[in-house]
Amino acid sequence: MSHELDLMYRDVILDHYRSPRGRTPIEKSDFASEGHNPACGDDITLKIALKDGTVKDVYANCRGCAISTASGSIMAEILKGKTIGEAKVLAANVKKMLKGEEFELPDDVDDIEALEGVKKFPVRIKCALLAWMTLLEGIKNYQSGHAQEVTVISTESGDE
Amino acid sequence: MHTRPKSGEAALIDERNFDVNRIKADFPILSQKVNGHRLVYLDNAASSQKPQMVIDAIAKYYQEDNANIHRGLHTLAERATSAYEHSRSRVARFIGGVDREEVIFTSGTTAGINLLSYSLGEQIIKAGDEILITEMEHHANLVPWVMLAKRKNAVLKRIPITRDGRLDLTKVNGLLSNRTRIVALSHMSNVLGTINPVTEIAEIAHKKGAIVIADGAQAAPHMPVNVRELGVDFYAFSAHKMLGPTGLGILYGKRDLLETLPPFMTGGEMIREVYFDKVTWNEIPHKFEPGTPHIAGAITFETAIDFLEQIGMENIRQHEIELTAYAIQKLSQIDGLEIQGPLDASIRGSAISFTDPNIHPHDISTFLDSKGIAIRAGHHCAQPLMRALGKVATARASLYIYNDEDDVDALVDALIEMRKYFGV
Repeated sequence: MSHELDLMYRDVILDHYRSPRGRTPIEKSDFASEGHNPACGDDITLKIALKDGTVKDVYANCRGCAISTASGSIMAEILKGKTIGEAKVLAANVKKMLKGEEFELPDDVDDIEALEGVKKFPVRIKCALLAWMTLLEGIKNYQSGHAQEVTVISTESGDE
Repeated sequence: MHTRPKSGEAALIDERNFDVNRIKADFPILSQKVNGHRLVYLDNAASSQKPQMVIDAIAKYYQEDNANIHRGLHTLAERATSAYEHSRSRVARFIGGVDREEVIFTSGTTAGINLLSYSLGEQIIKAGDEILITEMEHHANLVPWVMLAKRKNAVLKRIPITRDGRLDLTKVNGLLSNRTRIVALSHMSNVLGTINPVTEIAEIAHKKGAIVIADGAQAAPHMPVNVRELGVDFYAFSAHKMLGPTGLGILYGKRDLLETLPPFMTGGEMIREVYFDKVTWNEIPHKFEPGTPHIAGAITFETAIDFLEQIGMENIRQHEIELTAYAIQKLSQIDGLEIQGPLDASIRGSAISFTDPNIHPHDISTFLDSKGIAIRAGHHCAQPLMRALGKVATARASLYIYNDEDDVDALVDALIEMRKYFGV
């Protein structure tokens, strides 16, 4: 099997793909957003519940390819216990990592680094980005006092 | 290469000397390795590869004959003009012996249909008029009509598809009315492979007084096309899907319609006399070819047609029926794999869309690429069709003259291995 293929579909990625986390619906969320990748037809529904300013529960229902599913699953797992500020910095750095720019990640997020192999496959970068862009959209609404609005972002809208 | 099944049809092809290995050897790009594997090119519905003859013809044109056409009075200009116009005549013969003035060089199928959506659309569509398309159209034969309907407050209707991916012909009569001005349909679907009964539909559409336009982007490369027998008023197709260069297309139109149709793009070459307050148009086909066209493309497309006709379009169709039947049979043996479109190869083309119940088409495509196998994955520029099929995307393998059973076997083996790899 090709080395590059294995770099993208790392064991961690395939594990998240086969048994994605964050699929248990949550009763009450503080903000929600939806993401869509029209090029692939991938969708994600994201709901986040907070407690004392940190993420308590994440519902991340991804319907799509292995990369977008795994990316959403990794995000759901890692966000728990993070503050909104930390989540924002994390998402921004994932974007940088996938675009091949300098990035900085905390020590406790090894699974995220498994996504880095995707950057060798330019057409698949948006698959990995979808969940994180959707998260940033939700945070934006939450911070601007529009948490009740469930906005939909598209990977094709240019702002990434 | 595997030995072909000893059917009567296979024997016929052998007699006619359809030798895939010999054909394959004419395509230098196919002899390379991709990701360590023999390149298996199964993305022909997107674009075909080019034989050495065509590549040489492009180089020869630029090395020996390059000049602008129709205007210059020097030797090179004469040579380029004559080759360009010669190719037009060749295309006219290729599509059933139409008049050479009925052949317009465009930049592709999309450009041809856009030309019609403006020139014809502005001429004949009024508010409340109807345009009839089908549910299986490629965006190229869909978006221009959506936009025309919006501009004119016209009504866009569509012929639905059946469960096996054919047009529901029982609905056609009910969808046609005395307000139907344009019927635009694909001759062969780029997703389903379905060959549509263009002749039948054109006949009833004409009874209602509608103009009939066929998108031949998928059909023209793979089967004999006679636009007169099809009974269409316009037929658009692209050179790059049939061994020719990218950036060149053909729009056939009936002479009387072309003569009365206003031009779409204006500028040099398409005019007769120009004043500041008045312009008269050149004769057809030049009225529709403003500016410097893709001269190298038009000239070398003739070489591509020569190559195809040396093999014979009937033989190409026969080869693809057999290979498509083989591919459908092998793919059907993979448990759970779902094939879109008709399963009977004799009524369809060689573009085979399929889905795996557990693996997204983009993962399929990435995995196959690691095995040197090129397919297409996505919505194939047919989003409304994808919705009708209830799919977000499909994987599509599409076959051509240089593909053989080895290529199909490589695809099937890789799809089986893929399931182990993803473990789902």
